[in-house]
Order: sequence, then structure tokens, then C-alpha cells
Amino acid sequence: MTPMSNTDLKVKVWRGAEQGEFVEYLVPRNPNQTVLDVVTYIQRKIDPTLSYRFACRVGMCGSCAMTVNGVARWTCRTHVSKIVEGDSLEIAPLNNLPVIKDLATDMREFFNKWKGAVGFFKGNQTRHDDFAKVEPQSEERQLANAGIECIGCGVCYASCEVVKSRPNYLGPAALNRAWTLTNDVRDVQQLDRLRAVAGDEGCHACHSHGSCTERCPNALSPTASISGLKKLVARAAVRGSKWGKL
Amino acid sequence: MSQAVLQAKLWYAQRISAMVLGVCVAIHLAIIFYAIRGGLTAQEILGRTQGNLGFAIFYEIFVLACFVHAPIGVANILQENIPQAGMTKPISWLLALLILILGTTAVIGLYTGGAI
Repeated sequence: MTPMSNTDLKVKVWRGAEQGEFVEYLVPRNPNQTVLDVVTYIQRKIDPTLSYRFACRVGMCGSCAMTVNGVARWTCRTHVSKIVEGDSLEIAPLNNLPVIKDLATDMREFFNKWKGAVGFFKGNQTRHDDFAKVEPQSEERQLANAGIECIGCGVCYASCEVVKSRPNYLGPAALNRAWTLTNDVRDVQQLDRLRAVAGDEGCHACHSHGSCTERCPNALSPTASISGLKKLVARAAVRGSKWGKL
Repeated sequence: MSQAVLQAKLWYAQRISAMVLGVCVAIHLAIIFYAIRGGLTAQEILGRTQGNLGFAIFYEIFVLACFVHAPIGVANILQENIPQAGMTKPISWLLALLILILGTTAVIGLYTGGAI
């Protein structure tokens, strides 16, 4: 039993799958409490059937993202005090992804789109070759650096208006990854990647609303990455690229 | 041409036509501010534009930029909102031709003063 006190948080949590409802729980407030702490409290002390996902608790793994008071966030590093409205929190699963149960979404489509955007590295060196030398100050390395710290949390994807209206759109995370690899001088699938991110479901579908950039917990700018792809792909279609014509 | 290449080329065309439009709209607005000092009459406008090749070329460039820019945007909106209707191509082509024909007719009218 949770005793009611003035300092209790009223937390509405989504229960169910695609069909379901918000259920209210009372959770004691603590200083420096994170949203993940709140969810964990509910599961451990009130209702052990609550399903949610987390792993590292320190903002590295990208598994605990949820919709908190209408906004997608990483819950392990979101302090309740920063976002609480009065004494209420509303916690729901991420948007734009099928709900498996409660706060856990099915991320398969999200990660399949990374594959679809050729968002994986392939080189042509072996362990017998020397290390590739990439100048830290080179333009490509700098561009890759700008987008490399993605933890795959899905916050950008859940915040994207284009994903909502065009479910086949590859989405900001996959395109951001494609952009960092486009700037990886060791990768050998560049033309395949440009073809994969071109077209109706690729970079040119982005409206540059910038929700991904605004919400990215790691302060990356998928909007800038997609913009880079747009220019690169358009040039490749008209004039060709250093890897060949689109 | 593959769909992806077409999409990329259309994006490029829309971007370049937007740059042209940016300049054209600024000049057009400046002309409007200049022209409406002390009222606006058809005679005054024709007095400026009739036989003036510079005006005609400027406004034809404006028309061509609209002809490229607007239909691509409308096509994107239609494709996103009613992709099943199959209306994207016919509506955007119709709009493109309307802009080109009406715009060019207007430019010719201003240049000749309605003589042809």
C-alpha cells in the first residue's frame, strides 16, 4: 500500500497494448527522482505486471525512452522536477511504433529501417591490413562525428511528423546513421546507401520540422544530417558523385 | 529514370527555383511599393511595361520559376495526403500548365499593351 501524502505524484500510466487505458498510481516524490525511478517504483511496489524497458539507467543504452507528458524523452535522465505539471505525470509508450504491452513498444520496424538505409558499416580491409588512417580534422571525420553519438533510443522517430503521416519513411535515426557512414571513408557501400536513402521514403520526404533535433536527448541534429543527404543525393542524381551516378 | 532519381531531381529543381523566386519576389515587392505611390492605374502600369523588354524578361523568369516550383510542392502535398487517389500527376501538371499559360499571357499582355 502506498500512503497518500501531499507530496505524492499522480502518475497516469498507459496499460494495455494498442487498445488500453491510462491507470493512475500514487508515487511518493523524492529529490532528484527520474521518470524511470517512478516507473520502477510502480512496478516493484504497486503492480508487478507493469511492462517497460530499461537497461543502463545512465543514458547510454537508449532502451528506456517513453512519452512523458506528451513528449518523447529518455526517462532515465529526465528529472521529474523538470517536467512535472502540478503533481501529475502522464507516461505512455513511444509514438509511431506498435505497442507490445504497457510502455514497451515493438522496435523491429525502427531498426529494420536502419538496415533499409544501409545504416551499417562494411569495409574491405582485413585484420592483416594496416589501420585505416582518418585525419581527426578532416571534413568527413568532423561530419561523421557530429552525428555519431546516436544511442538508438527512438525519441526522434517517435517525434517525427513525417513518420506519422508516411509510415514507410525511413525516419531521422536511420538517415542520421546513413549520413555518418556516408562520411566514413573506409565504407564500401556508398552508392547502395545513396540509392537506399533516395526516393519517396528517404531523405527528400523530410519536411525539416526539426522535432527530431529538438528532442534528441544527445543533442544531435538529424535534421542537419538529412539535409546533408538531400544535397548529396540530389547532386548524385544530376551530376553524379565521387562513387558514381545514382 | 528511376523514381528515386526523379524525386532527387525534382527536389533540386524546386530548390533552385526557390532561390530564383526569392530574388524575384523581393524585386516584385519593391516594384509594387514604388508603383503604388500616388495611386495605381492600368495606364501607369502599361506606361512602364509596354515595350519594355527588361520588364518582360524579368516577369517571364518569375513565371518560369513558379511553373517549376509550385507544382512540385503541390505534388508532394498530394502524394503525402492522398497517395491512393492517383491525382498527383494530373493535378500538378494541370497547375503547371495553367501557371505557364496564364503567366506568359499576362507577360505578353503587359509587353504589348494588349495589342495581340
